[in-house]
Amino acid sequence: MTGSLAGAYSPGTSVLHRAPAGAKLVALLVASTALLAVRSATGVGVALAVVVALYALARVPWRLAWGQVRPVRLVLVVLLAVQWWLAGPTTAVVTCTRLLVLVALAGLVMLTTRTSALLAAFEAAARPAARVGVDPTRVGLVLALTIRSVPVLVDLVGRVRDAQRARGRENDLRALAVPVVVGALRQADALGEALVARGLDD
Amino acid sequence: MRLFTRRTGQHPVDERIVLDDVHVRLGERDVLRGVTLDLPERRIAVVGANGSGKSTLARLLNGLVLPTGGSVRVHGHDTADDGAAVRRAVGFVFTDPDAQIIMPTVAEDVAYSLRRHGLSRAEVDDRVAAALDQVGLAEHRDHPAHLLSGGQKQLLALTSVLVTGPAVLVADEPTTLLDLRNTRDVGRRLWDLDQQVVVVTHDLDVAAGAQRVLVVDEGRVVADDAPGPALAAYRRRMA
Repeated sequence: MTGSLAGAYSPGTSVLHRAPAGAKLVALLVASTALLAVRSATGVGVALAVVVALYALARVPWRLAWGQVRPVRLVLVVLLAVQWWLAGPTTAVVTCTRLLVLVALAGLVMLTTRTSALLAAFEAAARPAARVGVDPTRVGLVLALTIRSVPVLVDLVGRVRDAQRARGRENDLRALAVPVVVGALRQADALGEALVARGLDD
Repeated sequence: MRLFTRRTGQHPVDERIVLDDVHVRLGERDVLRGVTLDLPERRIAVVGANGSGKSTLARLLNGLVLPTGGSVRVHGHDTADDGAAVRRAVGFVFTDPDAQIIMPTVAEDVAYSLRRHGLSRAEVDDRVAAALDQVGLAEHRDHPAHLLSGGQKQLLALTSVLVTGPAVLVADEPTTLLDLRNTRDVGRRLWDLDQQVVVVTHDLDVAAGAQRVLVVDEGRVVADDAPGPALAAYRRRMA
């Protein structure tokens, strides 16, 4: 889970790596919208081939490429079975391939774009909102902290779960939830203090 | 070449930390009681038992905590009146590096500190690369920060603070979560910095590397001397 967010970037020098983050995000939005209109097996087959070609163009290792779609593999299997049963094989394959292509495309953007470049693009997009009092740099900071918090919280849950297991209380949800919430609040306090100390609140 | 040098021409000539009859009261508790210090030395260690007030003393130095009585001046800046200038002049490293690393990857976290310095992207990249090279993290520049070891995370946190060139570095128990090797490494790096350095620590070997050691107990500085006599006084108190 953590690998799909924080640190998903795979360094490289391909055209896709060098493309501006904003352009890639807009292209992702356009491609995703267009994909929803594709209803034929041939259409989604072409889309899948294009995505595979883009991964090859980006020279992303196949292990990392698989890592982008692996989290949805079970969803795809269930969706394929349900759709097959309800709407027939063509619709099932088209729907599942469409989802696979969407996830793979989003993963490709993450793999070829530094988080800092993504945040800068979001900050630029939020700049017009400054007129109504929204601080674009704060938007970027919130996104950065959200991404950064995922592995920290996963680590916290793991440590609390180990502690509960050591005390023989692995199935007690309250014994897990209370220390996790308290730990997360403490972490948030400490992070806030660190942000002030680094002058990011000035 | 010393990379983590202080920015020049941006700080007042007065390069002392001065606390004048400082009191800090948190709720019903007097955390610091009338602390007066004049600190011109470059290497200062602060030791004391848990709850003695030493971390509060450290937090006073970059305005994270403001005195409820008295005043704190750091290199000419009053922490109560000029918080932003104090935080630019004073870098702060915390115990837990996970609580101070903001960006997902190593290089991005260091670069984040430079975002308001008006540097071009190439200049930022150069400074980040040089900084990571200096602390031995160059090969990890694109790695997720959360996958670093504890010692590497603390070095990253230190690098992200130092890359902006503060005049003073305050570190609050920076080696508490580290093993012996990393404790020695981080301790040595801290004392070797160009900055005026104040380290709060439980590690007496680290404290022994200072020029001046302050022993804090129950909100007061109870010993203030060279490492030998100050640490001897601390050991007697803890016996």
